[in-house]
Amino acid sequence: MSRIVGIDLGTTNSLVAYMDHGIPRVISARDERAMVPSVVSLTDNGLIVGDPAKEHLTRNPERTVYSVKRFMGKSLADVQGELAYFPYTLTEKGGVIRIQLGEKSYSPPQISAMILKELKLRAEAFLGESITKAVITVPAYFNDSQRQATKDAGMIAGLEVLRIINEPTAASLAYGLQEKTQGTIAVYDLGGGTFDISILKLKNGIFEVLATNGDTHLGGDDFDQQIADLFLAEIRAQYGLDLSTHPDHMQAVRLEAERTKIRLSSELKTTASLDLPDGKGRFTRELTRDQLDGLCTALVERTLGPCRLALNDSGLAPGDIDEVGLVGGSTRMPLVRQRVRTLFGKQPHCELNPDEVVALGAAVQADILSGGTTDMLLLDVTPLSLGIETMGGVMSSLIRRNTTIPASAKEMFTTYVDGQTGVDIHILQGERELAKDNRSLARFRLKVPPLPAGVPRIEVTFLIDANGILNVMAKDMRTGETQSIEVKPSYGLSDQEVERMIEDSFKFAADDVSARKLIEARLDAGALIITTEKSLADGGHLVSAEEADTIRAAVATLTTAKDGTDPRAIRARMADLEQAAKGLTVAMLDDSLKQGLQGKKVSEVTQE
Amino acid sequence: MRLRGIFFSLSERQSMNAHTHSTDDRCENTDDRRELQMARSMCWHCQSEMAGEYFCDRCVKVQPVSKDLDYFTCFGLPRRLALDPQTLETKFYELSRAFHPDFYQNKSDAEQTISLGNSAMLNTAYRTLRDPIQRAEYLLDLEAGSVKDIRTTPPADLFEEILDLQDTLDEFRASERASEHASTLRTKLHADRAVLEQRQRDMEAQLQQLFSRWDALQDRAEVTEQARVERGRILKDMRDILSNRTYVKNIVNDLVATIA
Ligand SMILES: Nc1ncnc2c1ncn2[C@@H]1O[C@H](COP(=O)(O)OP(=O)(O)O)[C@@H](O)[C@H]1O
Ligand SMILES: [Mg+2]
Repeated sequence: MSRIVGIDLGTTNSLVAYMDHGIPRVISARDERAMVPSVVSLTDNGLIVGDPAKEHLTRNPERTVYSVKRFMGKSLADVQGELAYFPYTLTEKGGVIRIQLGEKSYSPPQISAMILKELKLRAEAFLGESITKAVITVPAYFNDSQRQATKDAGMIAGLEVLRIINEPTAASLAYGLQEKTQGTIAVYDLGGGTFDISILKLKNGIFEVLATNGDTHLGGDDFDQQIADLFLAEIRAQYGLDLSTHPDHMQAVRLEAERTKIRLSSELKTTASLDLPDGKGRFTRELTRDQLDGLCTALVERTLGPCRLALNDSGLAPGDIDEVGLVGGSTRMPLVRQRVRTLFGKQPHCELNPDEVVALGAAVQADILSGGTTDMLLLDVTPLSLGIETMGGVMSSLIRRNTTIPASAKEMFTTYVDGQTGVDIHILQGERELAKDNRSLARFRLKVPPLPAGVPRIEVTFLIDANGILNVMAKDMRTGETQSIEVKPSYGLSDQEVERMIEDSFKFAADDVSARKLIEARLDAGALIITTEKSLADGGHLVSAEEADTIRAAVATLTTAKDGTDPRAIRARMADLEQAAKGLTVAMLDDSLKQGLQGKKVSEVTQE
Repeated sequence: MRLRGIFFSLSERQSMNAHTHSTDDRCENTDDRRELQMARSMCWHCQSEMAGEYFCDRCVKVQPVSKDLDYFTCFGLPRRLALDPQTLETKFYELSRAFHPDFYQNKSDAEQTISLGNSAMLNTAYRTLRDPIQRAEYLLDLEAGSVKDIRTTPPADLFEEILDLQDTLDEFRASERASEHASTLRTKLHADRAVLEQRQRDMEAQLQQLFSRWDALQDRAEVTEQARVERGRILKDMRDILSNRTYVKNIVNDLVATIA
């Protein structure tokens, strides 16, 4: 089976990891962080992703998309309240948000697919093979539409998404692998845009999730916003400047707010500084950690409610938790650590890098799926109750939240009027009484043969699979016939739309010849670097020290070229490297021929 | 969510209710359940005789868990109400390792479908048996073939109290939260809550006794008329208390939600 990678598709940062002989490792492009900022920018040279795109946040704010994860599986109405904060233009088509970039508009799964493609390329360059399968993580509290949107993003990126797995549970796999822990653990995951809490029981390699809860709209971005709002208000008061009419400056404020927040995780006080437009000079402001805590307390408090609910649902008290694991960049904030410590009454764990642990866990899950790891098994739950709308607009729950998945429920439907030929079914997700207060997942019409009222009996099976995604099947109990159900998801792309986006993504790539050339050159260069390094390690002793140094220098030059954007330069440096390594290649070939002959003798001897 | 038109048989419950739902409820009260299980005992893949429990001895393919298999049998446990949670958990983990879709990723579509169906069934079975109340309700369903008996009026001995409580609740909902009147009502509601919760605990203790009596009777396995009558009585008592308990529990939940 071909290799499956694990991907953490984060609001702020994304990573890809793989399993290296039983140890999960994140993949980084050389000399770079493993983290790829989840930012996509449309520049004059086409679409770019990651660190280079991040630079365009202030240069080109209207054409630079960040935090796209907030929009996955959402309608415009869902995010109305925060639209003002985003410099790029959002519209809606068919219940799905579209992001305007230049002439074209893209759905959030398409933007996410660009990030996934970048990770795919990195993995391919590093591993020297083509990657087509992945496990992708999502916040545990993601609903069905958000999970489906993530799966669509994978497909658009040319990845078969073998499993959608929850971020905190993925983290627990990485933790569990390291510590071989037994007992009850809580994983507290606070990233840039989402918060999750999961309570698990670990026993003999089984990771059983007892309960999960969270908030898909709470994270470091919100802390940044608090600080930014403070700066903006003061700039208005002191300089009479309204920066909201300057998208580039708005982004600069947001970024400086984030940097200030991060510095205050290790310092007690710091100074923020911003260039102002219209020749108004610089705005500087000192901020102390106490002041930051004051700005963020209410937000951090908001994470505690879900923690209590999760404890309650798992029938546990804070004292029953043996270990608390921290995940996500925002758990570096001292205030967050302190509140978590108080709630659970114990020092939380943070041995594993909170930025990487989710991707590492995804790689472990990938290895389980490919049959490599066989002693571990994750039993996850569905975060939200699933039900249907019944008479009077009430939600009737079919599968309760925190039910272990896969989970199924059946419901029998009949008619109320003679000759009725259809029953409308409205599927919902959420915890509220009334249908209208819950998330609408889909509506569909069940076809019924025209018979007297109450005679038809159609059994509908609702099955939540191991990805936490719903599948619906129907069967006529009288005839035993199965029925094909045509539905339109309330918030999501239809199968046809996904198909078209996959085609488009190939088409765009083909159109954009130079981008394609760059990608290929980078891939080839990555493979060449890896083989050369392997040759140096295995056969470096066969050539002189000077020759080895020349090869190393050529590797370094190629590496730099590879990180650049000129495919021709990369090809040229590849040729240089091949030339420099010629002697080594020949020497190794000779050596292996010799070894081969010797080897033969040895085996002949042993055979006697 | 993608809704698919494929049909797939996990467990089909021939429910007579027109619009009622069951979370994977299975098993009719048929005496020939065993026979049905036998009748199925041919491997779906190689058609050889099935001796093994969930896997074919010959081709080692996973087999769909029969829809006629009750949860107790599925876990290899006797049909008793006292149940060691540790044993149940161990067996659940063991079967999860046997059925979970994670371990069928490289297998055929047919096997993946069976794995998914079996896992979903297993999870429902575990959830049902793990909780003493759900376990008893399930056993009642198996033994007496009864769908849960849903109460809509208060149990006789609590009739007055509950009508009073409902009035207080209505009054509280209508009152100004910060007012003194509301605070008096709140105190009263707290007291009512304590009473009802105590009542719930009493019923649970009674149930415990019934459970033990039931198990003892089953252990003796007598086939006398007297034993039959006794069994019928225990089941009826259990059903009454279970439905009263559910009723009281719902009232308490409503109360807690209102004063929260
Ligand atoms: N040292 C730090 N102190 C406080 N916040 C931090 C620190 N490092 C990173 N963050 C915040 O963590 C968030 C990103 O966390 P990450 O786990 O990468 O997010 P996501 O999973 O949403 O992509 C950002 O809001 C960032 O500002
Ligand atoms: Mg994250």
